[in-house]
Amino acid sequence: MTVSRRLFLTLIGVSSGALAIGAAFRLSAAGAPAAAPDPDSFVRIGSDNTVTVVVKHLEMGQGVSTGLTTIVAEELDADWSQMRVEFAPAEVPRYANRLVGFQLTGGSNSILNSWDELRNAAAAARQMLISAAARHWRLPAEEFTIEKGVIRHPPTGRQADFASFAGMAAALPVPTEVRLKAAAEFKLIGSPLPRRMDSADKVAGVGGFGLDQRPQGLLRAVIARSPRFGGRLKSFDAAAARAVPGVVGVVQVPSGVAVVARDTWSAIKGREALRLEWDDQAAEMRSSDAILADYKALAATPGLIAADRGDATQALASAAKVVEAEYSFPYLAHAPMEPLNATIQVTRSGAEIWTGSQMQTGDQAAAAAVLGLAPAKVKIHTLWAGGSFGRRANAGSDYIAEAAAVAKAFGGSAPIQLVWTREDDIQGGRYRPMAFHRLTAGLDGDGRLVAWRHVLVSQSIIAGTPFEKFMIKDGIDATSVEGAADLPYAVANLRVEVHNAASPLPVLWWRSVGHSINAFAVECFLDEVAAAAGRDPLAFRLDLLADRPDHAAVLKLAAERAGWDKPMPAGHGRGIAVHGSFSSLVAEVAEVSLGADGKPKVERVVTAVDCGTAINPDQVAAQMEGGIGFALGAMLRGAITLADGIVRQSNFTDYEPLRMSEMPVVETHILPSEAHPTGVGEPGVPPLAPAVANAMAAAGSARVRRLPLSEA
Amino acid sequence: MFVLRVNGRDRRLDVDGATPLLWALRDHLGLTATKYGCGAGACGACTVHLDGEPVRSCSITVADASGRSVTTLEGSQDRIAQSVRKAWRKLDVVQCGYCQPGQIMAAIALLRQKPRPTDSEIDAAMDGNLCRCATYQRIRAAIHDAAAGLGS
Ligand code: FES
Ligand code: FES
Repeated sequence: MTVSRRLFLTLIGVSSGALAIGAAFRLSAAGAPAAAPDPDSFVRIGSDNTVTVVVKHLEMGQGVSTGLTTIVAEELDADWSQMRVEFAPAEVPRYANRLVGFQLTGGSNSILNSWDELRNAAAAARQMLISAAARHWRLPAEEFTIEKGVIRHPPTGRQADFASFAGMAAALPVPTEVRLKAAAEFKLIGSPLPRRMDSADKVAGVGGFGLDQRPQGLLRAVIARSPRFGGRLKSFDAAAARAVPGVVGVVQVPSGVAVVARDTWSAIKGREALRLEWDDQAAEMRSSDAILADYKALAATPGLIAADRGDATQALASAAKVVEAEYSFPYLAHAPMEPLNATIQVTRSGAEIWTGSQMQTGDQAAAAAVLGLAPAKVKIHTLWAGGSFGRRANAGSDYIAEAAAVAKAFGGSAPIQLVWTREDDIQGGRYRPMAFHRLTAGLDGDGRLVAWRHVLVSQSIIAGTPFEKFMIKDGIDATSVEGAADLPYAVANLRVEVHNAASPLPVLWWRSVGHSINAFAVECFLDEVAAAAGRDPLAFRLDLLADRPDHAAVLKLAAERAGWDKPMPAGHGRGIAVHGSFSSLVAEVAEVSLGADGKPKVERVVTAVDCGTAINPDQVAAQMEGGIGFALGAMLRGAITLADGIVRQSNFTDYEPLRMSEMPVVETHILPSEAHPTGVGEPGVPPLAPAVANAMAAAGSARVRRLPLSEA
Repeated sequence: MFVLRVNGRDRRLDVDGATPLLWALRDHLGLTATKYGCGAGACGACTVHLDGEPVRSCSITVADASGRSVTTLEGSQDRIAQSVRKAWRKLDVVQCGYCQPGQIMAAIALLRQKPRPTDSEIDAAMDGNLCRCATYQRIRAAIHDAAAGLGS
């Protein structure tokens, strides 16, 4: 098999017997962004026989450093033990995410977008190593093989490691066409062997996180920000703060007042001693109830039309039966386990930043703008992130720009680490949007779905950001309606309307973005419609998915493995949901028991996932487990609520993620596939809450229409 | 000036006695395996052993820990600690990994007390340790695996 697209491979550097190779290629698919004119650099074979994969993405827990390394090791036929990982510098176009054109980890697309470029780079490196060996020994290249990192010539029994030929290979021309393996030839892809590249260091507690950086002379900073979103600093008195031992400076920055100290605790104590006055003229002053009332009022007015097929109004008017339900969703904080932080050092020639950077291009530009530097003068060291779930990638690069502002205002050349305390994180905004949905469905006399109307109200995540150009069309934010406007179920009359609500409160993508909200509304409501039609929820879905065989396949697999038809004891229920997001499909069957207090305990979740070629099946399972636990915690009690504009929650005490005793048994089944790999970091999230809500209804509890359950 | 025995060595700390042990370990002694997650005793990321007992280092002051023995993940190298780490690696428990030092310290303490914990004993011992990546299923399996590896 040869590569079907034009392939440009360029040798990018040779040093001390090391081969560095990169592949830059143009995707053949129409509309796909063209590859950079500069060569990329992804694979480095060292004189110590290690193979280093340069990972352009952020490792925030989803296993990307392992997945990308597996792809390279596979095509190179390297031995797993010789593989190493290095995080790429901030550099575009070389390390751009091919799907967006700049460096970003998100949309569950790291594997999807790196698959071709890494396979090609590794296959080219393999071919060059063989060519070098063939020339050196004057033997035909076709007679060579590579197995577990050993270059072999079976007829003569000669063999050598990669290091022996890396230098010679580097001097050879880069092949214009490479042979990629067929799926049947995979040894590492799809096997349980590749273990996580980061396990050893993470269980040893070796510091690879931003918060663990301790450059010489490090100072720490915290910032006092407006308690209300949109509030501005009116005045402040820092005398008491400056008197706190350890505090070395108090400076004003655009987002508030920063206290700089010799250690984190002193900075926190110093901040507590600040006296601050805020101007709330432009601030969000509403409480959550008032916002919800505003959303309901908006929903009663005509919205922007995101989907319109047939005549839903007419079909509803003439339907034999009409079902209607309203759903409401709270703001949610991402609350990654490692609080947000960035360490910055301004030098004479530029600046260096150490952080778990999720959008290096934007982070670099934001810091450069604050410091008045050219972006290339800002060096970003991408470190592990202790979770993100979307929080670390945002259009303004908030905490990175803040760190730069503190460094600029404080002056000097000492490195400064800006720390967001957990309270800052929970109260600092950039939440998943609050939302209100109204759904109306019509059934004909035979119980068939004939009309579907879905009205959505929420703030737009994308409005006002540089992403507007390609993610907002006719005023409709694609992330607001994803999974709703593209309803997979066959219904002749469909209308989806969306309203963009306004608030100074900043909102952001939260693991699976709009899908996490819209899948709940769609999949819960479909269950209600099935019940109204007197149909089994699985059979009802399958009927409506007759021309969506891929959706049907994951549904059937999950149902079969869960024993969908087996009766449940009293007080127990089984619920199902399916949702496609980030090019993957996931179906989940939840088994729930109701306690004496009516509270659900989720006992087991059976998941079926279609993510194309599963590079690391065990990591696919890990992402299903993680996505399910993340979604369940939010469903049970995740809510950020406002009282007169002020966030009520402050820490894990009142914004409490899932705990160990609440974790269901999760079983993951992967659909066998040789298709292009797709994402798994987010797609496990959307089906969970509707599957659990549907299971609760099956167990005899009232339909869940308001999240979280603790507020229902 | 306070003196704490940290990982078997006497360490002097010239800090305000009200400083949480967490920040003294991290910022003053450079022992960064102990993590800051909430500073409010609600997540367990900062778990260390104080005289052998698991405690939240964010909720103990340097003055309270003075003269006592503190063990952090860096200093946990006994048979149980090794077995726990091995099981964690075997099952690829970690995702982002940030909570894991605290999880591992809690698991080591549990296995010292109960060499063969049941699921409900694991729940009880580990419920205070949040994992935002929800690696709980693997943590539970790894504790069982470590227990099996240690014999009983
Ligand atoms: S940091 Fe101590 S319990 Fe969370
Ligand atoms: S592994 Fe990420 S918080 Fe536990």
